[in-house]
Amino acid sequence: MRRMLLWLPLAIFGILAVFFFRGLSLDPNAQPSALIGRTLPAFQLMELHTGAMLTEADLPSGPYLLNVWASWCITCQVEHPYLTELSKTLPVVGLNYKDQRTAAQNWLAKLGDPYVLHLFDDSGQLGLDLGVAGAPETFVVDASGVIRARIQGEVNVRAFEREIAPVLAAGGSR
Amino acid sequence: MMRALVGLLAGLLMATAVWAAIETYQFDSPDQEARFRQLGLELRCPKCQNQAIGDSDAPISKDLRAEVHRLLLEGATDQEIKAFMVARYGRYVLYRPPLDRQTVYLWVGPGLFLALGIGLVAYRIRLSKRALMQETPS
Repeated sequence: MRRMLLWLPLAIFGILAVFFFRGLSLDPNAQPSALIGRTLPAFQLMELHTGAMLTEADLPSGPYLLNVWASWCITCQVEHPYLTELSKTLPVVGLNYKDQRTAAQNWLAKLGDPYVLHLFDDSGQLGLDLGVAGAPETFVVDASGVIRARIQGEVNVRAFEREIAPVLAAGGSR
Repeated sequence: MMRALVGLLAGLLMATAVWAAIETYQFDSPDQEARFRQLGLELRCPKCQNQAIGDSDAPISKDLRAEVHRLLLEGATDQEIKAFMVARYGRYVLYRPPLDRQTVYLWVGPGLFLALGIGLVAYRIRLSKRALMQETPS
């Protein structure tokens, strides 16, 4: 019994090491979205350019990405080239989040416009219903209109492979 | 001189408490305001590591405070407001998560460790007592 106790510190160290090692690769900021597995919430928003009323009925048939962006958002500029590349094969809906209309229009004019649809959410109401904490965030919507994944932060190759590609592979394709 | 310095420092200390209260909300009753403050403490800011929406400066916290205020005026109960937030931001927003299979370790864990510690200490005390008894000749 006594001799066994000698191993206790090593055992405790071993257990802690496992937890700490796991902690190295965990992102404490990553949160699962509460909307995974649900359809997009209903909304009524203006179109960014024309001001026409848009609802969930105007969304493209899936799969598509819903990208939450704003002209004040630096990371949105960073992901913009990659998003533009993606938009050639996968429709991307733009949700302009808590922005000013002219600033957003100028941003698109300057950097290029990857979006098939422009939702103008200046009050952040749809953002709130989607559980958006800040821009950029990107929702992956499958062929039946169900949200399958959420990317917080920049969309890049890694995010594509981890979050978007599996959805496209699993019957997300048309 | 010293007094002025102390006064200045005290003023600076209080300054942090002031910017949190720039927004003004109108309430129907003092009770409603108390509930607003309580919810502000119990709902967690989704953008911050560890801050309640009541004391966070993040824009999202401001939005959520406004939403809580709106729901309160509409007559929603605390439960309904929390459910509203959980439906959007997940259980992450609750500083006091409900007890269920996923959170049971969170709730029971501290007590378990405490019991373990007390048990260990009691065991050691009994051991040393016994050793002491054996050493002292009766």
